[in-house]
Amino acid sequence: MKHFIVSLFILSFGIIHAQNCSLTLLGEIKDFHDATPIASATIYIKHLDKYIVSDFNGKFKIEDLCEGEVTLVISHIGCETKTVTVMMTGDQFKSIDLEHHIEELNEVAVKGSAIRKESKTAQESVLKTKTLEKYSALNLGDALKEVSGVSSINTGNAIVKPMINGMHSSRLLILNNNVRLQDQEWGIEHAPNIDINAANQISVIKGSGTLAYGGDAIGGIIVINPSRNILKDTLFGKTIVGAQTNGRGYNITSSLNKSYASGWFANVQASYKRNGDFKSPDYYLTNTGLKSIGVSVSAGRKRFESGFELFYSYVDNEIGILRASHIGNVNDLVTAINTQEPLVVEDFSYDINSPKQDVKHHLLKGLYYKRFKNFGKVTVQYDYQRNQRFEFDIRVGDDRDKAALDLRLQTHTLTTDVVLDAKNEYRLKFGLLGRYQDNFANPDTGVRRLIPDYERYDLGAYLTSEWDVNENLLLDAGIRYDFNRIDAKKFYQTSRWNERGYNEDFASIIIEDLGTQLLTNPVFDYHNISFATGLKYLLNEDSFVSANYALASRPPNPSELFSDGLHHSAARIELGDLRLDQELSNRVSGSYSLKKNGLNILVEAFYNHINDFMYLQPVGIEQTIRGAFPVWNYQQTNAALYGVDLSLDYRLSDAFKVANTSAFIKGNDLTNNTALIDIPSFTTINQVKYVNPKWNDFSASLKSEWVFEQNNFPDYNFETFIASANETVLVDISTPPPAYHLLHFYSDVNVPISEHTNLNIALSVNNIFNTNYRAYLNRLRYFADDLGRNVMLQLQLNY
Amino acid sequence: MKTLKLLIFTLCVLPFAVSCSDDDDTPPPVNEEEVITTLTATLTPAGGGTAITLQTRDLDGDGPDAPVVTVSGPLAAGTTYNGSLELLNETESPAESINVEIEEEDDEHQFFFQATNSIATFAYVDFDGDGNPVGLEFTLTTAATTGTGNVTITLRHEPAKDAAGVSDGDISNAGGETDIEATFAVVVQ
Repeated sequence: MKHFIVSLFILSFGIIHAQNCSLTLLGEIKDFHDATPIASATIYIKHLDKYIVSDFNGKFKIEDLCEGEVTLVISHIGCETKTVTVMMTGDQFKSIDLEHHIEELNEVAVKGSAIRKESKTAQESVLKTKTLEKYSALNLGDALKEVSGVSSINTGNAIVKPMINGMHSSRLLILNNNVRLQDQEWGIEHAPNIDINAANQISVIKGSGTLAYGGDAIGGIIVINPSRNILKDTLFGKTIVGAQTNGRGYNITSSLNKSYASGWFANVQASYKRNGDFKSPDYYLTNTGLKSIGVSVSAGRKRFESGFELFYSYVDNEIGILRASHIGNVNDLVTAINTQEPLVVEDFSYDINSPKQDVKHHLLKGLYYKRFKNFGKVTVQYDYQRNQRFEFDIRVGDDRDKAALDLRLQTHTLTTDVVLDAKNEYRLKFGLLGRYQDNFANPDTGVRRLIPDYERYDLGAYLTSEWDVNENLLLDAGIRYDFNRIDAKKFYQTSRWNERGYNEDFASIIIEDLGTQLLTNPVFDYHNISFATGLKYLLNEDSFVSANYALASRPPNPSELFSDGLHHSAARIELGDLRLDQELSNRVSGSYSLKKNGLNILVEAFYNHINDFMYLQPVGIEQTIRGAFPVWNYQQTNAALYGVDLSLDYRLSDAFKVANTSAFIKGNDLTNNTALIDIPSFTTINQVKYVNPKWNDFSASLKSEWVFEQNNFPDYNFETFIASANETVLVDISTPPPAYHLLHFYSDVNVPISEHTNLNIALSVNNIFNTNYRAYLNRLRYFADDLGRNVMLQLQLNY
Repeated sequence: MKTLKLLIFTLCVLPFAVSCSDDDDTPPPVNEEEVITTLTATLTPAGGGTAITLQTRDLDGDGPDAPVVTVSGPLAAGTTYNGSLELLNETESPAESINVEIEEEDDEHQFFFQATNSIATFAYVDFDGDGNPVGLEFTLTTAATTGTGNVTITLRHEPAKDAAGVSDGDISNAGGETDIEATFAVVVQ
């Protein structure tokens, strides 16, 4: 096409040769953002094959031009090269804008190379494609543990919820391609509906330093970005096929990206994952199979001045839950705790039976942006999410195959973001958000609704700014306001309503009295202010320090407000509280980073003080026909969490590298002067890595994972009377399991197949010594050991 | 510039336009289908006489109200009683009998009977298709001496009926999930 235009041009030039050839073109080259003149830009006059340079004021002059088209190619260091065609009919003046922030533009950055950071002063770590590909067969939560200070709270091995500095669920925001995930994240056994194979890069931000996404990130923010598109004609893709011995699992994922120099692009990605029952060192973990499907497609046009994108993703996870963890009452729990092996152990099977969950998540997004001269960039985005969650319990009779929980959560969000980057010294960003959410709890389950029908309205506005004070110092600050309204229709058992004392405090919200049940209409409004500020100071070329302060405010989630019922695998009654108010977090943090002579050190410390921290606490015992159950209430207290995360790596030689990541954290309930529950214990991971580029990029690494015993825990043990044995026993649900140490191995090679195709072969062994262990933060630790040895082979073809 | 301002204004106002839909649908109530509210054990003396009933009744299921446990009277020492169990879901009207469900899936259910202070012994009368006990029908034989103790009736769903001792009524190795666990203070005189 280019050659065609050039020859056409030459042709036309030939034709008009005899015409007026004394025309002058005056030009001026300016920065797109702030209209400052750009000096020393190179201007290539195509048909003359001649170069000229703009003067100090960005001006240039070309004389003795003939009538007709003149094509100029303008380039400047740090700018996007621009081609301009001017039709010469007389003397002309032409103003040309160049984009001077090319390094910040992801639209033109080369795939997978430059790291895109979400923030400048917050504690942010980025996981790149290469790292994520190692976790193709696993979960988001598994991959994030690469970051020091990130752990997970699990229900078995397939339900892995990320935890940042001891916080999880509603205290973390997860953004998938700039859409805040709305997937009933309040539930501890609700894993994020993310296909890790759709992610190209993941940022983990500790704390709520980035207000653009929300003001309630008391723990942190996880930003998942799909692959970027390059502004050139290209087609590339990759396919990963893997198999693992534990669970006899297999997985395949494939993606294809097509883009054009004109800015048009289209991507498609799909993955499938399947495994049967996992195995602990000594026995199969019956009913822990998994079936997972993920699909994502996107298309659009991205250019410097404007662009749009349409994105759709679908995730369907069917996850079996350890059969032995489904129990009826406290006596069953006592039996389970006292029995070393789970009570139900069967032969290996791919079947996924009850108890299980089946969750389908659709996400649809449309985005449009436009840049304005001397102003900045305006982005408008609409997204729709539909989360359908089924949970199947062990039931009898006609209800056997009926879901016990059937929730459908639909969310519509409209956001507008404006970035003002016309000035070099500071950047200003502001935005607005409107969200409507509708939860529908299907009554056909024949089980009282765990979470009621509700509608939720969110409105938000934020303003953030960054100043480059001088070459070494950068400051940022932001403020955000969010309004939330939750409007629910909830049935209460009359006995529960009275026991909670709601008959005195909330009598006015009853809209129907059905005798044993009351229909109520709780409507709550929350006003939240959040604030963040930070600085980053370059000490010298190799090191920097940064500090951050953030105030975050989180309203209670539906579970904290409305939970009302028996939780089977925990054998406890969990109750929400309508009286709960927002929790408020004040988090200060500081980091130090050094990169010198093959040594990288990053130390991150934080102190998070949370007023009115919402948590579940046992408050008593209730008798039912099934036996006695402890009652756990959502309560509020003042809490403090503090800790230090360390990442360190050192290149011993060209071939050998050692690395360490360690995380230390403490969580205290300041009001009751006890420890907080479910806080990760001290963990240290050491790694030795050998690389040899001559052997097809061969690498081999040995990783030691040492998890200490958690000695700081609240004592929530209780006594129960075992009628059949006529004795009272202590139910020890609090004592954490002992420390454990695991060794893992990973090795890979890259085999070039052709110029654009290469094959990566990776072999890994997890838990090499088949060590028996139970993790404190696995909710099924009462019932079974964790996973035994797992050998994985993965082939990745890049083309 | 004017169009720009207008555009930005529109974009900023747009998000606030979303929050306008509302539907005032009243959701229907859910009546728990699998709740067992009431267990009644009727003990009729084998040689005839007045039946004694042991009953536990928990009308709010998993709600806060404790079950109401009643024992209609003392048992006679050295006597064999024919026992039968009736399970009801009284949250529905008329009350639904759960016995039918258990009879249909009798291989997945088993009742266990235990007494403290050796005041009574139990024997199964009904069996499932595999010849394993169920316990909707049973016999209770009181000790020859008088005394007081607790009788516990437990219903397990999906117990390991083949495990050691389970078919003889020993709950220790039964596993499964407890659907009912009721204890009655009984006097033998």
